Amino acid sequence: MILTKNLKKAFGDNVVLNGIDETINKGEKVVVIGPSGSGKSTFLRCLNLLEEPTDGEIWFEDKKITDKNANINQIRQKMGMVFQQFNLFPHLSVLENITLAPIQLGIMTKGEAKKKAMELLTRIGLTEKAGAYPNKLSGGQKQRIAIIRALAMNPDVMLFDEPTSALDPEMVGEVLDLMESLAEEGMTMVVVTHEMRFAKKVATRVLFMDEGKIVEQNTPDEFFDNPKHPRLQEFLSKIL
Amino acid sequence: MYLSGSWFDRILTALSDWGKDIYSSFYNAIVPDQRYLAYLQGLKITLLISFFAIVLGIIIGVLVAVFKVTATNYKMKWLSSVCNVYINVIRGTPLMVQLLIIYNLIFTSRNANEILIGSVCFGINSGAYVAEIIRAGIESIDKGQMEAGRSLGMNYIQTMIKIILPQAVRNILPALGNEFIVLIKETSVASVIAVTDLTKAAQYIGSRTWDILPPLIIAAICYLVIVMGLSKLLSIFERRLSKSDFN
Repeated sequence: MILTKNLKKAFGDNVVLNGIDETINKGEKVVVIGPSGSGKSTFLRCLNLLEEPTDGEIWFEDKKITDKNANINQIRQKMGMVFQQFNLFPHLSVLENITLAPIQLGIMTKGEAKKKAMELLTRIGLTEKAGAYPNKLSGGQKQRIAIIRALAMNPDVMLFDEPTSALDPEMVGEVLDLMESLAEEGMTMVVVTHEMRFAKKVATRVLFMDEGKIVEQNTPDEFFDNPKHPRLQEFLSKIL
Repeated sequence: MYLSGSWFDRILTALSDWGKDIYSSFYNAIVPDQRYLAYLQGLKITLLISFFAIVLGIIIGVLVAVFKVTATNYKMKWLSSVCNVYINVIRGTPLMVQLLIIYNLIFTSRNANEILIGSVCFGINSGAYVAEIIRAGIESIDKGQMEAGRSLGMNYIQTMIKIILPQAVRNILPALGNEFIVLIKETSVASVIAVTDLTKAAQYIGSRTWDILPPLIIAAICYLVIVMGLSKLLSIFERRLSKSDFN
């Protein structure tokens, strides 16, 4: 579904991604972990071209999206993205946040978009917040709404960029629960996170990145119980 | 009378003489020869020039600001240098000099419409300041907002119009209001290119009556009333914006 070939990204002289070859298949739940500055967020942001790679190729559903002529807006409609800082639109109500893109892009009529939004709000139990503005919501609520905002576009893959890092500890659970239920429904997911328990429980594959490269990847059981690369052993010993 | 009157009476008499003087000089500045019509005509021209200059300034300002922000994002160096040259030249030279240059450059005909001349000159000038105000307003919005819009598949312009600009307006409005107030007052410089605005009208009347102060004070009061009215309007607008909105 997503394929990267020799993906490289540099900010000036600072090389952040140093040649990543990776394939993510439909239905996989890939969790990316690594020390800060290892390039894991940049990797994720490259996948929907929020960062433009300096070199290499990215393919999504048999389309080369790094191609100059690729319609990136159309491709992004199929790739939902969830940010660390939620990035809800503060000037729009919760309902408008969810329906804005489907209506603007002509994918749904106003009625359809609203119906879909209410379904999604029902799912996370926040229907009574439909008319509220984001500043009236808790962090956990904001992030869950950011997730269903992305879901309203019916994406084929969801990208999560440290979705729980900006949350109070007691709000982390509700967001992870929603992500877990998404995973159970078979959504393809790429998750950059520091939540090791989530990785163990939900991931089908865990990648470890260091200095712009994927240095080790494995199934979660093997990955955590039997790390091979010394850098990963060191990393895990610090955080577990 | 001076000897017999008390000090109180003397002060009263002096005050009433003074009052009569002021009254007659203001009377002379307003009533004879229907001079009040000259103020009204001048006021009309000042307001028309201000209005059209504001409209033109906003159009130029929005375009230049969006060009500049877009140019930075898409690395179009030539576009951003064109915008920067415009902004730097306008902000780095005195308004009166610009006025004279534009006047002599474009409107060489003596019959050119004075409102048109004034509006174009002040509009071009104001555009540079408005552009910087709007650019700062756009750039004050968190980068994540643009990313969120784009990641949902909306294009740059859709995201700009639906997400960035509505939020930026709240930051832009107060500074824009100040710019308009400054603009209205600065139109008084228009007299150097033979535009009979409020200030010029006051000067004409002063030269007729040999008493320049009263007409100037009348003109000053007119400006003050306009500016205070506009400030009031802006603060109502701002309050409504913040009430109905997200804070």
